[in-house]
Amino acid sequence: MNIATHSPALIIAIPLLGAFLTPLIGKLGRRVRDAFVLIILILTSIIGIILAQQVYSEGVVEYVFGGSSPSINSSTTSSIPIVRIIFEIDGMSIFMAMISLLLAFFAALYSISFVKDENGSDRYYTLLLLLLVGMLGMELTGDMFNFFVFIEIASISASALIAFSVDRGESLEAAIKYLAISSIGALFLLFAIGLLYGQYDALNMAMIANSLSNTYIDKIALILLIGSLAMKSGIAPMHMWMPDAYGEAPSSVTFAIIAATQASLYGLIRVCFTIYGKAFDMQAIAGVLVALAFASIFIGATMTLIQSSLTRAIAYAAVAEMGYILLGIGTALFLGVEAHGAVALKGGIFHIFNDALDMGLLFLAAGSIIYATKERNMNNLGGLARRMRFTTIFFLIGLLAASGMPPMNGFASKILIYESTYTLNPILAIIAILSSILMLAIFVRIFYSVFLGPENPNLKDIKEVPKPMLISMACISLIIILLGIFPSLVVDSIVNPAVHALSNVDAYIGSILGGV
Amino acid sequence: MIYNIPYIAVAALIMIGLYAILFKRNLIKIVIGITILESGVNLFLITLGYRKNAVAPIYTNLPEGTSIPEGMTLPVPQALTLTSIVIGVAVLALMLAISIQIYKKYRTLDVAKIRRLKG
Repeated sequence: MNIATHSPALIIAIPLLGAFLTPLIGKLGRRVRDAFVLIILILTSIIGIILAQQVYSEGVVEYVFGGSSPSINSSTTSSIPIVRIIFEIDGMSIFMAMISLLLAFFAALYSISFVKDENGSDRYYTLLLLLLVGMLGMELTGDMFNFFVFIEIASISASALIAFSVDRGESLEAAIKYLAISSIGALFLLFAIGLLYGQYDALNMAMIANSLSNTYIDKIALILLIGSLAMKSGIAPMHMWMPDAYGEAPSSVTFAIIAATQASLYGLIRVCFTIYGKAFDMQAIAGVLVALAFASIFIGATMTLIQSSLTRAIAYAAVAEMGYILLGIGTALFLGVEAHGAVALKGGIFHIFNDALDMGLLFLAAGSIIYATKERNMNNLGGLARRMRFTTIFFLIGLLAASGMPPMNGFASKILIYESTYTLNPILAIIAILSSILMLAIFVRIFYSVFLGPENPNLKDIKEVPKPMLISMACISLIIILLGIFPSLVVDSIVNPAVHALSNVDAYIGSILGGV
Repeated sequence: MIYNIPYIAVAALIMIGLYAILFKRNLIKIVIGITILESGVNLFLITLGYRKNAVAPIYTNLPEGTSIPEGMTLPVPQALTLTSIVIGVAVLALMLAISIQIYKKYRTLDVAKIRRLKG
């Protein structure tokens, strides 16, 4: 069997198999199980890299589950269409898949120490791997209904993970909010898929994109799709689940859920650019997206100001970061990807990567503080820099990167977004820059109250966190600094193909319909 | 007109579901609302696949003289609905499980009182 040809199936199958084997392997002992989970994730990442090489050398990769030809032609009957699911992987899909794999791997590495003392950590890893399956499926599939199935796999496993510490009422509250919001969103997504299927008799994204004819029902479907996916990506004013879920989940889980949120955002991008981009004039939708982006940035930045819980404050900053990504994407959609929009799209997509790393690092550092002190309230923390030197450095790197300071990676992508927003409207760019500065000010305040200042007498005997947690934070910090100094490393190799894939809709459609 | 009745039922189910989700304060009733919403969407999918005077899409069980595939209802929406029902059961089970745990911690199911997270 050739691994390269079957890599799109294996990248889903290996973590899925691993997920259900984990409780069995867990009987052999904790260390064996941890090693097994990491091996599964490394294997999946290797297959991801093989798939990526294929995509970058050959263009769009497609993988058909089911019949090889789209219909049966026999002498006795007319042609019968065959039900089949096609995975279609272009530069954008593989870009998102690599982010998900990176985050899932470091989340698992961090979890080795983080959930060591918890009950039921076997099931924790099962859910973590299932979450990875859901995210990868959402990003790689070329089928609308399949997208719905994977979005539900991701949201069920994510909400079970949020509720992982069942002894805390708050995490249960956050979990039911997340699950209710996700399932309502997914049901409206399914309704929109039904509307599209009813008109075009197709579930494949490329086929729908090819046959869209700008009817009234298409517009309703577009609004439902954008509404439900924006709700799942935590765009204001549908962001209220995000601070709860991010703030209350174990930090390693939050790290993985960031990738799941971004997978929903990927769905939004796919709908706007690939499915509707060709047949529709997206100017009005782009205007709405830019407005929502500013609402997210504004609400995220100002609400961070008044939080007393450390993780909740970072979670509101994450809302603002999602706003920046959407700002880049909305601007690109407004200006058109052939013209100035390409820069905005590049900034937005690059910022997806940076947001995952920056926010992820902040959450992991906050998780280390919670692990060491068992305290979430910033008012009860202080002077931690004396006891937790490495965590302090990682938090500092994370906050500088998240607020877009040079030489961190956050700056490299935000400057592209500012630049392109300026061509749209200078005032918008100024608001975006000011919000970023506001975030820096808030983060400096958080940093001071947690790490500097007088030492809290209750926290005299805390220790630095165990090595696996430090290693995963160190690796992410290293990537952040590397990308900040040499952004072209990533921009040239993986961001540009993603931008190219989104602006070149005909290649996506043609690879499915061209062979028929 | 008679063929529009399922669509009217779909709209009614979705509206009832949304009403329960938005205006009911009991957590179990909200869960029921989500289930009703899901039934509405499932009914919509099933209705899409219906053809007038068509039979079930089973090749070995076709009556004499039925043309394939015009004489059959569409099989795809039925497959979609089955998948969606299974997913719905999983979501329902998890939501109820979390509700039980919430009741143990908060001693109430009133969503107006389950508000430790705010701001």
